[in-house]
Amino acid sequence: MVVADIIKLLDAKVISQDIDMNHPVKTVCGSDMMSDVLAFVKQDAVLLTGLNNLQVLRTAEMMDIVCIVFVRGKTPSPEMIEMADELNIYLLGTQYTMFDTCGILYEAGLRGGRKVNE
Amino acid sequence: MNSIHYHYIVDGEDFARAGEASSSLKSKLKQLGLSPDVIRRCSIAIYEGEINMVIHANGGDIDVDIFPEKIVMVLKDTGPGIPDIDLAMQAGWSTAKEDIHDLGFGAGMGLPNMKKSSDEMNIETEIGVGTTVTMVINVTS
Repeated sequence: MVVADIIKLLDAKVISQDIDMNHPVKTVCGSDMMSDVLAFVKQDAVLLTGLNNLQVLRTAEMMDIVCIVFVRGKTPSPEMIEMADELNIYLLGTQYTMFDTCGILYEAGLRGGRKVNE
Repeated sequence: MNSIHYHYIVDGEDFARAGEASSSLKSKLKQLGLSPDVIRRCSIAIYEGEINMVIHANGGDIDVDIFPEKIVMVLKDTGPGIPDIDLAMQAGWSTAKEDIHDLGFGAGMGLPNMKKSSDEMNIETEIGVGTTVTMVINVTS
């Protein structure tokens, strides 16, 4: 799956100006708690979140996250958009809730990884 | 032994700026050409530590020494100290208040995640004096 597929599946708004539609996406993490993201995220991941502050971007930077999808219509601030451009992290927005966003991507074949203690 | 040394001052007043030291270190580790796994583990460990310093201890100092065989990160604060380290190391245990949860942290995952990301971690703490966390990540393990 690639970024363009995520946009289509989630009927997502592209917030970032410059985006690589063909960048591969392998796993997904949905969380508003950034420590969970730091503990469990795998490579080439998409982050789904309703949290809307600069630490979302710092967390994504630390974990080499490809793309952040803000769920339930959340809109990042201009400062966040600018920082994401500098970090080359793509920002998308969807009107779907977290549950539905996860469900749509899961149904399309994406997974989050194994159980926590495996 | 020769090392490359970096020093960062963590501002405890501004949550929005938390992570700037971690971001800077990550760029430097990339420039040094370290392996993605080492960079990832260092990034997680220092960022969780930096967030802890801002949330719990009103900032502090971070010193990083990069040796050929290991990276040593020392995070020192003059905060309230940790009353019970064993308890603080338990996943899910946190003293963070609701306002910190709203910012996406305080889930009680920070210290366990720092330990998991490091090859060695040591915590020295004294109530009312402060806490020093030392983490070692081996470059060739």
